[in-house]
Amino acid sequence: MQITSQTFKANTVKALADVDLQRALRHVEKGFIGKRQKAADALPEFDALRDNAVEIKNHTLKHLDLYIEAYVAKVEASGGKVHFAEDADHARRIFLDIAKRRKAKTVTKGKTMISEEIGLNAFLEENGIVPVETDLGEYIIQLRGEHPSHIIAPAVHINRDQVEADFRKFHVHLDPERDLVRPETLLSEARQILRQKYGEADIGVTGANFLIAETGTSVIVTNEGNGDLTQLLGKCHVVLASLEKIVPTLEDTAQILRVLARSATGQEMSVYTTLSTGPKRTEDEDGPEEYHVILLDNGRSGMLGTEFEDMLRCIRCGACMNHCPVYHAVGGHSYGWVYPGPMGAVLTPSLIGVDKAGHLPNASTFCGRCEAVCPMRIPLPKMMRHWREKEFESHLQPKAARAGLGVWAYLARRPKLYRAAVSYAMPALKLLAGRKGRFRSLPLAGGWTKWRDLPAPEGRTFMQAYAQSGHGDPK
Amino acid sequence: MTLNGMIDGAPSTAPAQTTPTVALFVTCLVDLFRPSVGFAAIKLLEDAGCKVVVPASQTCCGQPAYNSGDREDTKAIARHVIETFEAYDYVVAPSGSCGSTLKKHYPELFANDPAWHERAVRFSQKVHELVSFLTDVRGVTEVDAALPATVTYHDSCSGLRELGIREQPRQLLRTVEGLTLTELPEADVCCGFGGTFCVKYPDVSNAIVGKKTKHIASTGADMLLAGDLGCLMNIDGKLKRENNGIEVRHVAEVLAGMTDKPPIGGKL
Ligand code: SF4
Repeated sequence: MQITSQTFKANTVKALADVDLQRALRHVEKGFIGKRQKAADALPEFDALRDNAVEIKNHTLKHLDLYIEAYVAKVEASGGKVHFAEDADHARRIFLDIAKRRKAKTVTKGKTMISEEIGLNAFLEENGIVPVETDLGEYIIQLRGEHPSHIIAPAVHINRDQVEADFRKFHVHLDPERDLVRPETLLSEARQILRQKYGEADIGVTGANFLIAETGTSVIVTNEGNGDLTQLLGKCHVVLASLEKIVPTLEDTAQILRVLARSATGQEMSVYTTLSTGPKRTEDEDGPEEYHVILLDNGRSGMLGTEFEDMLRCIRCGACMNHCPVYHAVGGHSYGWVYPGPMGAVLTPSLIGVDKAGHLPNASTFCGRCEAVCPMRIPLPKMMRHWREKEFESHLQPKAARAGLGVWAYLARRPKLYRAAVSYAMPALKLLAGRKGRFRSLPLAGGWTKWRDLPAPEGRTFMQAYAQSGHGDPK
Repeated sequence: MTLNGMIDGAPSTAPAQTTPTVALFVTCLVDLFRPSVGFAAIKLLEDAGCKVVVPASQTCCGQPAYNSGDREDTKAIARHVIETFEAYDYVVAPSGSCGSTLKKHYPELFANDPAWHERAVRFSQKVHELVSFLTDVRGVTEVDAALPATVTYHDSCSGLRELGIREQPRQLLRTVEGLTLTELPEADVCCGFGGTFCVKYPDVSNAIVGKKTKHIASTGADMLLAGDLGCLMNIDGKLKRENNGIEVRHVAEVLAGMTDKPPIGGKL
């Protein structure tokens, strides 16, 4: 997937002018927030469960090597195989090896963000293999040749009318006069088309919400059941997951599941929670002949033990972006890579480099709503600030901004000089504003006055006025 | 510290019997743009039985540097603030954002410097945002002010989410004679200011503040109040650009009964 995080600013200008997108984004704001709140309010122990979930992940990350070892042993004992992938390219090559060996022509796919991260679809097509997305949102996106704009609602940027138009354009074998007005009819049309694909698939690919060390099990949660069909009906099941998905036990998984769906969609549980352990056994009636797990690192192990380690607790619930004013304004594609919103602002620089993704941690007001709702209590603003520190240290910020800040910081550390400067500047600025009390434009303040007036100062600074007010000199 | 405070170990929640000395952390925006807020803060603190001092060598809390990733300059500024203010009984700021920087972020800033960390923690315990200081520390339950107007209130992010300020300003506003408080839809959503964010990403900031002004207009209030001058200047600037004449003021001005000066950004 082409990275466009460098042009974040231009991306946002486009997004802000996109009427369809703006209409779709209102649903994020209106839909997710109230539902999460209701679910959280209905469960008195919700905050305690969050604490517990944090504990579980912190413990796991501290002993990740041990749990990975235990997990691999269990997967292999159940007849499956775990492949370690250093980076995206490595993961793709592993996948291709499996596909070639199985002479695969079609691959069905449940929802997986790791597939996006490694750019699997484009790679498969280059190699003559047809990927078929089975999650409704992903399917729509695939038809349109786009990428997800949200980690749990990939097509949230698209409205119903657009989907109808796409279905009419691509499903040409169906009656052009058919009724597609209600969302349910769209869903059933997609279902009908996808049903045929599951059984034909040579490989079924899914992601994983959890990998359980105790049992060697991968767990997915879905609302459409497409993931189940993908992994059951394909002849070979390949799980794409990153290494921080490991949890120690089934019980731990159950604990975290209690906060996952509530934070994501406000459901108590997703409709389907599916556990898979190894390939089909002789006594099983259904199931894949082969079971593989591609365990992707792609920069994550480098986050362990650093100020970014907390980010590895993320369970991809999407609550942070659902509550983010910047995401609400510009949508997921503006962020320019796989992971949008506050979690993307922290994770993306870790995975593709802060030189490319430098805008993302800066494009935040630090309003703190993401951290307030994150079930895993990840201090997202604090970590965005850490990225800004890294950028500052390596001189990655724009020169003018840096110079301005330098002058200001120099003065702020020298109270006498600062006083002299502002005591002169503020009354002058007030004079300049005249009687109106505000500026419509002001040199060097274009960023402000492009869209808003700038209130003029009252005149003398507080310190000047206070010294002359009879309160006596400031101490 | 009162005997009472010593016994229950919570001096900061019991109204003190003696006259504590409060050092006013004016904040750079109030100092430069809106001195009225500083005078309103002094009146409110004195009415609450405090002796107010204004340390002269204060400049800014360091947030612009801190949020730009300039940790070393921030630390230098923080050390200066701590040295200047740590001797007083309390440090009070008419801003949730600056208050939170002093209270929550200074200790974090010195996480790897044990001596300064300890000093920052001790200092942070004295720091309060103005309105919550009045209600939670001084036990103020009503103010001596009148304003025949319908007002609405925006919860600034840091005050709300880092310091837990929500009810306190509303509680005091309800005691202003003649004032009607009407709730702002989505009052807890960011206004798009975000310090340097609003000039680094003006288009995104504009989209966010545009939603805020729409909600404000929908209340039909005469006046918008909040506890942070940054947010207020941002919101006022947008209202004025939209030719909306709703007056914008810092909550302290209304609580102190000092609304004789023109509102922020003047009248339309
Ligand atoms: S950072 Fe937190 S809120 Fe955001 S997706 Fe991850 S777990 Fe969910």
